[in-house]
Amino acid sequence: MKLPRWFHQLGSPPYVYRLIDKLGPWLGGLGCALLAIGAVWGLAIAPPDYQQDEVYRIIFIHPQTAYVGMMAYVVMAVAAAIGYIWRLKIAHAVAVSAAPIGAWFTFCALVTGAIWGRPTWGTYWQWGDPRIMSETLLLFLFLGYLALRGAFDDRDKADKVTAILAVVGVVNVPIIHYSVEWWNSLHQGPTILRGDGPAMTTDMLLPFLTTVLGFTLTFYWLLLRRLQAEIVEREGDARWLRELLPGSAA
Amino acid sequence: MRGAFYAVFARDLRVAFRRWSELAYPVIFFAIVVALFPLALSPTAAQLRDIGTGVLWVALLLSSLLALDGLFRGDADDGTLEQLLMSPVAITVTVFAKLAAHALVTLLPLICLVPLSALSFNIPLAALPTLILALVLAAPTLSVLVALGAALTVSLRRGGAIVGLLVLPLTGPLLIFGTRATDLGINGEPTAAPLFLLAALAALALALGPLAIAAAVKVGLE
Amino acid sequence: MTEGGVLHGRDLAVWRGERCLFERLGFELRSGQLALLVGPNGSGKTTLLRVLAGLAPPTAGVVAWNGTAIGELEPEQRGDLAYRGHLEALKRDLTVRENLEFHASLFRVSEPLEPVLSELQLEAAADTRVRHLSAGQKRRTALASLRLSGAKLWLLDEPTTNLDRDGRTLLRDWTRRHLAAGGLAVIATHQPDELADRGVLVIEL
Repeated sequence: MKLPRWFHQLGSPPYVYRLIDKLGPWLGGLGCALLAIGAVWGLAIAPPDYQQDEVYRIIFIHPQTAYVGMMAYVVMAVAAAIGYIWRLKIAHAVAVSAAPIGAWFTFCALVTGAIWGRPTWGTYWQWGDPRIMSETLLLFLFLGYLALRGAFDDRDKADKVTAILAVVGVVNVPIIHYSVEWWNSLHQGPTILRGDGPAMTTDMLLPFLTTVLGFTLTFYWLLLRRLQAEIVEREGDARWLRELLPGSAA
Repeated sequence: MRGAFYAVFARDLRVAFRRWSELAYPVIFFAIVVALFPLALSPTAAQLRDIGTGVLWVALLLSSLLALDGLFRGDADDGTLEQLLMSPVAITVTVFAKLAAHALVTLLPLICLVPLSALSFNIPLAALPTLILALVLAAPTLSVLVALGAALTVSLRRGGAIVGLLVLPLTGPLLIFGTRATDLGINGEPTAAPLFLLAALAALALALGPLAIAAAVKVGLE
Repeated sequence: MTEGGVLHGRDLAVWRGERCLFERLGFELRSGQLALLVGPNGSGKTTLLRVLAGLAPPTAGVVAWNGTAIGELEPEQRGDLAYRGHLEALKRDLTVRENLEFHASLFRVSEPLEPVLSELQLEAAADTRVRHLSAGQKRRTALASLRLSGAKLWLLDEPTTNLDRDGRTLLRDWTRRHLAAGGLAVIATHQPDELADRGVLVIEL
């Protein structure tokens, strides 16, 4: 298959490294600005919820972390598949960079969920909740990926083997998600008060979307910065790197 | 193709039976895990039946992780796996043959033991056909997942510890449908839904699994 | 054995992490030719053989058998290649005969076992499990499977290891006959003069 030119350019570490140098500050700046705006807007300006009062305000953090965690898994799996199929090292580097960020966001989703759960459900942890189960299994998938990666000495082999695991995992994520939903629908038990309650009003929705966008951009910014670090590690003391980072010459 | 499948299958069986004592490990492990639960909980008869389904299925998953080396590790260590990859036999055929042999010598004894243990947990006799059917439908998926774990770690000197980390999270759906079918069977309710879902998982695993396993074995040997 | 083939290596390179094992390696090996791989330990002989066998991909370059890249050979053509590495590829719990029969069914050969076994003085051990064999006998069994494979291209990694003098002589004779019949061989060795006497390609790593 003939691949377009930009594809090859994106396969070149120096090109990507410099591109991130140009793109990064914009992405990071915009992401953090949106997060700040969303935080002030959501925490101070948006009206309290008629049912949950002030407690609901964690909605400006919690769903976003969960969504970013899942997106990170998809980004990781897609990048790993591209790396495996086209033998593109930079794609493997993207996959490696996405994994720890995704694991952290998933972890944060579980923690913020627990914090939210206490006042609304009366308990930090509810094994019966399908979302908690899905997120927990997702965290395990991330940890399995990272553990497998760490077990290899040979980076090329680690790239390829973990790519297979990531692709198998991404096929499984929807299966796990729906099976857990199905499992829950059969559980008899206390009806769980859902955090999202009735549809959001506009004055809540706007700050909500602001933080969603802010989290997304921040994720990609973190991803690209990690990718730069990963490139430096992989390229070792390539000449272009030594010219770019004179202080770091080994 | 059929000849090659049979050759690999028969050889794996023969090697497994020449080391028959190792075949017993997962079975004994299963029996021990199952015995530990009543010891830890000292439950009443009714409680036993409530926990029985879950204990048996989880014990099955854990025990199936114990007999991984026969799949690819042994062949990788003595160089046979390289010959299998270089032979005119398609790798997926080899993988299928090894899966079949492995399922026969490790999963089948476990599957035979589960209904027996179920009786000891006061699970009614009438629920056993459902339980057995669920186990048979779950076996292909389980064996594909276990083989995938074995294949991903084939080049690691100490792969055993990490396999559980990779495989167990993926067994979530299997556990859900398996235990659900068993519980419905115990209560005498219709069990078609979870059984069909188990069959669907098996079809998916058998269709895609061997490709991933073959790829992982090949990469592992590089 | 049918007529041979041609093995091409173009611009081959293998890097292990930061270390380059070899670079810009090219050669052409034709029917009846022998190539010897020589070089100190750790110079990449085994790696090159595995690359030629298609078991490991090179970092750069192409290996082609009869014009087809080694990774894209049809299953049928894969049988043209035989690789024997440090490991004997024998199951310890099977007998010599069972191992060889399995190998024969895998590679679809129908040559009778007995003549090869007697040539290698393995008849007495034929029904012994491999775990009870000596290192030399194991090596002989591996050679028997090579002989039976009917492969056109032999890729051998230090095949004389553990062999006594008779065994080495036998291997040399077999290699000669293999080449004379139009076969090809690439052999990694520390004793080049033991195997070769004429017209060989020497690849120094």
